[in-house]
Amino acid sequence: MKTRWRLLTALALLWLPAALSAQTAQPLPEDPVANKRAVHLAEELRCLVCQNQTIADSSAELAVDLRRQIREQIAQGRDDAQIIDFMVERYGDFVRYRPPVKATTLLLWLGPPLVLLAGFAFLFFYLRSRRQRVEQQPLSDSERREAQALLAGDAEGDRR
Amino acid sequence: MNRYLIPLGIFAVLVVFLGIGLGLNPREVPSPLIGKPAPVFRLAQLHESGKALGKEDLLGQVWLLNVWASWCVSCREEHPVLIEFAKRNVVPVYGLNYKDQRDDALAWLKQFGDPYAASIVDRDGRVGIDYGVYGVPETFVIDKAGVIRYKQIGPLTPEALKNKILPLVQQLKQS
Repeated sequence: MKTRWRLLTALALLWLPAALSAQTAQPLPEDPVANKRAVHLAEELRCLVCQNQTIADSSAELAVDLRRQIREQIAQGRDDAQIIDFMVERYGDFVRYRPPVKATTLLLWLGPPLVLLAGFAFLFFYLRSRRQRVEQQPLSDSERREAQALLAGDAEGDRR
Repeated sequence: MNRYLIPLGIFAVLVVFLGIGLGLNPREVPSPLIGKPAPVFRLAQLHESGKALGKEDLLGQVWLLNVWASWCVSCREEHPVLIEFAKRNVVPVYGLNYKDQRDDALAWLKQFGDPYAASIVDRDGRVGIDYGVYGVPETFVIDKAGVIRYKQIGPLTPEALKNKILPLVQQLKQS
């Protein structure tokens, strides 16, 4: 009888840590949609303390506070654009990881494709002019003989 | 000749851009709040926690809002400059005690001196967010109508005070 009680108590005690940890690890009462939105917004915003991290990645205090702001505003029913605007009003466009297309950021957006296009244009014209040079200047007779000698593996060609 | 001129030209342009880039401070993000009404706040005072202070109490005068904290290292560097400035009685300086512990903040002021007409307590940093604070210390110049005119990011230096803040403050006081 005594041993059975002991066994039962031991079993009950085995349960205890699981029950306790289940309580502490309980997720916040938040629906997954709001959670996903909060994470997405945090990934769109730059942490001004670390600058090259989003506030989702950063563990700076300001990032923690801003993540809290995002969650609170979602809970208040504000939409994504309103929350981004809230941040931009306070921290400027720099807070956005994706800068808006504006007169001042036009070079930023169009610069890389323009440089790429310029590169392609240069390549095109360069290749064309090179082909013209090759086609318009056929080998002279002596050059042709020399080339054939080289191709034939002639010792004299090697030495030159 | 042309062969060398083009790369040289590209190189020269690059040097100019990189030179400009070296002179910029990436830590200083221009505040969008300049020229806009200072965000409204109402917070408890540090010395008398029973008393609150709000933006509307400060209208009609030019004042400085200095964001500080006892945990902030640069604030120590800045503090003597603020003490000197406060002695000259040009305009009042109000402190925003940002994310600090009350006891620490009071002890800090006792140790280093208190240049503030009053300090208000922003325990959880919400007013700081409204003001776009991201690097303590920061100092705002606010005019009689309650509009932000200037923001200094990082510690106030004697040069910044002399060259930027004082001339601006004098001009705002007269207007």
